[in-house]
Amino acid sequence: MRYLCLIYDDESTVSAMPPGASDAFMQEYFSFTDAIRKSGHYLGGEALQPVSTATTVRVRNGRTATTDGPFAETKEQLGGFYLIEARDLNDAIQVAARIPSARMGSVEVRPIMEFDRP
Amino acid sequence: MTQDEARAREVVEAVYRSDSRRVLATLIRLLGDFDLAEEAMHEAFATAVLRWPSDGVPDNPRAWLVSAGRFKAIDGIRRRARFDASLHRLVEQFDREEAGPSAGDDDTVEDDQLRLIFTCCHPALPPEGQIALTLREVCGLTTEEIARAFLAPAPTVAQRIVRAKSKIRDARIPYQIPARAELSDRLDAVLRVVYLVFNEGYSASAGASVTRHDLSAEAIRLGRLVVELLPEPEAIGLLALMLLHESRRDTRSSPEGDLVLLADQDRSRWDRARIAEGSALVQRALASRRFGPYTLQAAIAAVHAEAPAAEDTDWGQIVGLYEVLLRIEPSPVVELNRAAAVAMRDGPAAGLALVDAILARGDLGQYYLAHSARADLCRRLGQTDEARAAYRRALALTRQEPERRFLERRLRELGGERVSRG
Repeated sequence: MRYLCLIYDDESTVSAMPPGASDAFMQEYFSFTDAIRKSGHYLGGEALQPVSTATTVRVRNGRTATTDGPFAETKEQLGGFYLIEARDLNDAIQVAARIPSARMGSVEVRPIMEFDRP
Repeated sequence: MTQDEARAREVVEAVYRSDSRRVLATLIRLLGDFDLAEEAMHEAFATAVLRWPSDGVPDNPRAWLVSAGRFKAIDGIRRRARFDASLHRLVEQFDREEAGPSAGDDDTVEDDQLRLIFTCCHPALPPEGQIALTLREVCGLTTEEIARAFLAPAPTVAQRIVRAKSKIRDARIPYQIPARAELSDRLDAVLRVVYLVFNEGYSASAGASVTRHDLSAEAIRLGRLVVELLPEPEAIGLLALMLLHESRRDTRSSPEGDLVLLADQDRSRWDRARIAEGSALVQRALASRRFGPYTLQAAIAAVHAEAPAAEDTDWGQIVGLYEVLLRIEPSPVVELNRAAAVAMRDGPAAGLALVDAILARGDLGQYYLAHSARADLCRRLGQTDEARAAYRRALALTRQEPERRFLERRLRELGGERVSRG
């Protein structure tokens, strides 16, 4: 079963890291990604640019309304994701718990909805 | 109804009471779905009512019921699969699994019960969903019984159960006993559910009665089951804690429903059998050296329970146990309890200094027991005005009737102005 792990971090904490610490943090991400590729969990994953680059788009009555910023202002911001293949929720939780940001921010684990399409 | 039929029906009812939860736990594993398993279990018992009078009661009724339930469910799915292509895969899966673990095997059955408990208490479910689902599936309470016990509308409880089951299915919460590495965290979640159920029964969060016996009895039954299946120190400690609290149940309130403090309770009416069982369990958990907060709280309760009279209480030991508890689980409430024990050991002035330090940090400003503890210490020190102000503050913070009456009585005993009820 596929799960999306949404990674929420406080951007200000991450950007305030001294260079040594942020390099080590990135290195942790690289090794984590390698590890879940090897274990067969990895389907995809990306890091996102900060929310200051976000644009929110809505179409109402045929008109496109574009606004600056993320969909919701929150204390922790969506900073990246992994799409994983896991046996069940327990397996997915174990993978999510190893994402480096889980120690400072939070990881939301969402099962992917499967549609039967002919 | 002939005599044989009547007897067979009695046997079915007895087996339902003793084994329906185990049959259900195994059927959930075999069928992979709570609702399907429940339906199958009821059909299996219905079939037993029809068949056992003429065929006789099978040697292993539980195994018979599991295989009858499984057959009924698969048969039903096969029939539906003719109209619904998506069920074909399920039917094929059942056919492949035909030679799975035998249903009557005792180890497998015990494992199934644990699987059910861990699944119902999965931390990915909301707490109220964990409680409702556990009481429904593990304890076999009806939705109406759960609703009555929690003073909640039945549709609310029903919806919590439905939502929990949907999440188990849609997020694929597995039906399994957690691996060693996760076991301690996951057992904590199970014990929390058991303790919440117990507390809900022991001290109702609102309303007129201090105790709601059925829920506490259910929690103790559940606690026993967990200890039987998984004798981990904290599971043993929690069972001990519940038994020791329960031993005092009848003396906690007067016939008029007023609160009676530990020091004023009639100790000759404490349940000695429960105290003996609870104390023995405490010793067992402590001996493991892997104990935690439940065991320590139980040890404190055991010291109280073993004192022949309130003035014989070994307050030094209680203060020591609170200090260990504070080290492993720091909390302002535990600090407050320690302060009350220090007051008993070293006098009210020593206790009051500690309570004031806690309140000065602002942690327990909204906690009525902090103010009522402060009031009590001021009263013992003869600081009547301070005591009165603190009792009033406590009164403003609690909604429970018996506790309000207790505080009002204390205020009256201090004399002075009339108490207005608000």
